[in-house]
Amino acid sequence: MGQSEDCFARLTGVKKHFGAVVALDGIDLEVRAGQRIGLVGHNGAGKSTLMNVLAGAYKPNEGRLSIAGREQPDYSVSRAQQLGVRCVFQELSLCPNLTVAENTRVTHRALRGPGWRGKARALITDTLDEIFPGHGIAASTLVQDLGIGQRQMVEIARAFSETETPARLVVLDEPTSSLDGHTAAQLLSFLRHAAAGGISFILISHLLGEILENSDTIAVMRDGRIVAEDRASAFNRDKLVHAMGAEESRAPVPHSAAAIKTQAAVRVRARPERQTTAREVVAHEGEIIGLAGLAGHGQTDLLRAIFSATSRRSPNVTLSGTVALVAGDRQADGVFALWSIADNITIRSLGRLTRGGLISPSREKALADHWYDKIKIRTPDMRNNILSLSGGNQQKALFARALGSDAAIILMDDPMRGVDIATKLEVYGIVRREAQSGRTFLWYTTETDELSFCDHVYVMRNGSIVADMQRSELSEAAVIQSSFKGAD
Amino acid sequence: MKFIFAKPWIWSFVSAGTVWLVAVAVTRGSGADSMLTGALAMATFTVVVGVGQMFVIALGPGNIDLSLPANIGLASAVAMTVMNGNDSLVGLGLLAALGCGLLVGLANYLLIWALRIPPIIATLSSSFIIQSIDISYGRGLQIKPPPAFADFANLRFLDVPVLAVLAMLFAALAAIVLQRTVYGRWVLAVGQNMRAARFAGVRVGWTRLATYMLCGALGGIDGALLAGYFRGATVDIGNEYLLSSIAVVVIGGSSVAGGKANLPGIWGAALFLVLLLTMLNTFGVSAGVRLLLTGIIIVAAIAVASDGRPRDVA
Amino acid sequence: MALSGKTCSQFRSVARTLLPAISLLVVLGGIAWLNPRAISYFGFSLMLNLAIPMVLATLAQLFVITGNDLDLSIGPFIGFSACVSATWLHDAPLVGITILICAVGVYAAIGALIYLRDLPSVVVTLGMGFVWQGLAVLVLPQPGGLAPDWLVAIMGIRPPFVPFPVLVAIVLAVVVWFLLERTSYGVILRGAGGNPVAIRRAGWSLLKLKMTLFAVAGLFGVLSGLSLVGLTTSADANIGNGYTLLGIAGVILGGGEFTGGRVSAIGAVVGALTLALAASPLLTFMHIPPDWQIGANGAILIIVLTARVLVSRQRGVA
Repeated sequence: MGQSEDCFARLTGVKKHFGAVVALDGIDLEVRAGQRIGLVGHNGAGKSTLMNVLAGAYKPNEGRLSIAGREQPDYSVSRAQQLGVRCVFQELSLCPNLTVAENTRVTHRALRGPGWRGKARALITDTLDEIFPGHGIAASTLVQDLGIGQRQMVEIARAFSETETPARLVVLDEPTSSLDGHTAAQLLSFLRHAAAGGISFILISHLLGEILENSDTIAVMRDGRIVAEDRASAFNRDKLVHAMGAEESRAPVPHSAAAIKTQAAVRVRARPERQTTAREVVAHEGEIIGLAGLAGHGQTDLLRAIFSATSRRSPNVTLSGTVALVAGDRQADGVFALWSIADNITIRSLGRLTRGGLISPSREKALADHWYDKIKIRTPDMRNNILSLSGGNQQKALFARALGSDAAIILMDDPMRGVDIATKLEVYGIVRREAQSGRTFLWYTTETDELSFCDHVYVMRNGSIVADMQRSELSEAAVIQSSFKGAD
Repeated sequence: MKFIFAKPWIWSFVSAGTVWLVAVAVTRGSGADSMLTGALAMATFTVVVGVGQMFVIALGPGNIDLSLPANIGLASAVAMTVMNGNDSLVGLGLLAALGCGLLVGLANYLLIWALRIPPIIATLSSSFIIQSIDISYGRGLQIKPPPAFADFANLRFLDVPVLAVLAMLFAALAAIVLQRTVYGRWVLAVGQNMRAARFAGVRVGWTRLATYMLCGALGGIDGALLAGYFRGATVDIGNEYLLSSIAVVVIGGSSVAGGKANLPGIWGAALFLVLLLTMLNTFGVSAGVRLLLTGIIIVAAIAVASDGRPRDVA
Repeated sequence: MALSGKTCSQFRSVARTLLPAISLLVVLGGIAWLNPRAISYFGFSLMLNLAIPMVLATLAQLFVITGNDLDLSIGPFIGFSACVSATWLHDAPLVGITILICAVGVYAAIGALIYLRDLPSVVVTLGMGFVWQGLAVLVLPQPGGLAPDWLVAIMGIRPPFVPFPVLVAIVLAVVVWFLLERTSYGVILRGAGGNPVAIRRAGWSLLKLKMTLFAVAGLFGVLSGLSLVGLTTSADANIGNGYTLLGIAGVILGGGEFTGGRVSAIGAVVGALTLALAASPLLTFMHIPPDWQIGANGAILIIVLTARVLVSRQRGVA
């Protein structure tokens, strides 16, 4: 039953639907041994569903799946594991209440019987050493005590660790999203070596630059189909964006008059808790302030501290104006899953929508409709449940919630992570316009590109501000350098 | 069938109606009318505390008020003591019962907030303390309600208990509070996602405090009314209302995971439960069978009314 | 990266592990101060008389809480087991054993029901509590019954040096600790509470896990009922009702949390012992009037949980 070349996996005409929603509309894909395939597409294009089909978690409604040269009619998660298919999902699959070694046991059924703990510990530590030398993670640590970057490292190492069968095909969904530059580079270099040794990869990422540099082949998905597939060298950023269906390509960044803004009123003064020097974040009316640095170095804590200062006095924070927060983790911190899109937007502004003590349905609708137009939420009806929206549009709804309120200061906690290009560009435009009409933004982002929208950037390291620069002084190199430099 | 299940509160009324028909069939129509009247009266008490419990449960998983029976018992004793058999003190007595309930709610929330005790344990612990207070306070008290109050509690207009009518109006009012006030919206927000609610500007602490105090207050009022209806206060007068208050919330279609509350369903479920018990009594079943059947029906009702586990999603 | 966060968490877990031990010492200290003669072999045997059923009830609750559920029916279930033990088990042992095994099967079925229909365990078990209560009343309408001789004999063992309840508690603690926190299957059971999606993705059956957790809880419930009958030599339908709250409290006191699969078997046993001492002997020695005994139980719970919060706060963790 051998196929031409050494084709490890082949999907033919695979279709998958959930009730009336078509997630995969006829996928034909071939994965050869040692091939790195980059998979890109809008949120909702079907990438996660494809991944789950390969993982054995979803059964396709139609089509054929063949792994290791053989058709797989009874494909399941355990079968996939046996054949060497591994998946690293975007929502981390670690149990926070278990240790790193115990989490390794979860995916490796062979780790049982007397002495299993020692074996598990050795297994995961060896793999971590191989992929991320110098990681510093002890196998007996509880996962809940690890930072998000470390958890991602453990998750990746676990997928590559072997007990019964070696990994043959590894699908990674946004693997570098929680890693800082250094560890991301380690991972991508490891992938290169592993591919040379015969392991196939499917890399799903929104970071087009990363995909272009680290894939042999790129497949573009749209609406459940693969609409373009070619060698990576045949693509560039604009072609990818165009294939995904976005109208705008990368727009040039306008340089507004940054100097005038610093004359305006100060809205926020905030000192991080661990700051030993006199540095603090200062944000004026109409400014877009960026927070940069390696992931997990206190930026989110600072934003949360500023937000808490609205209800509780804080010696480190001075505010003048109401504050709204746009969360990065929308499931945990943002979305009200039982409510409609409209209700999710109006929740912050209810006080202004009342008439005679009761909430006025007409005013609610007006607010929701206003933002439907302004921020272009893709939905047939604002009264639909919010989960009917794609991830990017859900994020837009959360923006509308913050912007639709009377808040003068908007905090953004890396809300663009994992959001598709088209949505990002639309939101950037809105942020710029709102800033021009006087709103202040504090924007924590892990993508250095986005910092070019900011008037002033503060780089944080180990919970303190270590550098700050105006937009004119801003460069990716400077930011990265400060992120790693010793404290001043 | 799908339509009935689509709107859970309709289902609860349908079930109530079915039970009533069965009971009527068994007794061959005699007493069908008085059965309904009696059921409406008894359902009233369940509805009042059911609404309170509904608001608490809507606050999210883990939120439940297990101190209700003790609260009702204490409030009934307080009300009777203050009224002291005197018609002119009825208003004061009601206020005292209300105040007692508010204090219970406040105490519950302080335990939850200041001491970080999970609501289940906080309300259960406080129920023990309230019970002790009630026992020592009401020791030997055999105070009857003032005649006017007792008569009012038992008053009927065209065979419909006045209390039931008031309770229906109250339920309608509660529905408006839930849907159309900022407070109601905040309750539902907290119930779905407390963190998101906080970030969305909801005053989470005050919302929860208000809700626990509301539930306490409703328990207090219920205690006073029960004492009036049954013409006397006892420590155990509220005992059966714990399961009933939770059951009517669940069977009526509110989500125990929080964030979704269903008011008409509470009336339907209350009638269903009361009629069920009446029917069982009519059949002359023993206490053991009654308990057994009540439990089975509650479990079955919840199992059927739920949406089940979504396919293909863990 | 975030080093002090990790140290904080470590402090928190150490503190949480120590708290049950500290509470136990506090209660023992109180008893010793109020009535020094109670600190003796005989004293402990007497005070911890009903500790074994309580420890077993707590362990039953432990397994349910591991899976992010709560069992409000364990009390009436213990009452039911006790009633069956004092009747069928005495009169027709084979029938009695069959009934008890079936009861454990029902517990597993409830677990399956809760998982398959995605039901809230609090409400389902509240309803089931009434079912077990009704069955108990049907089996034994009036308090009475006769305990099987072998049961009384087991519960009457007097080992040298260490009081029987203490010995049993230690054995149970070690066994459950080992099974739940050291074996490879225990990892999966706890993982089902920590991140059920991940466990399912790894190919394990959440249905089987849930049923296992509930079945084990049922087993411990049956054992608790048996031990109760062995001690009191008779039964009554309401005998177990208090064990629901005390079981939950024991698990929480022992450092367990309602969600997340974070439980400690040893902590739960220590918590149960603490509560067994605090619930009755301590109160009696403090000369609390009977009217207030119930309230005192509630107060003790509150005090204990407050202590736990204060300990966590002191380490600087919210």
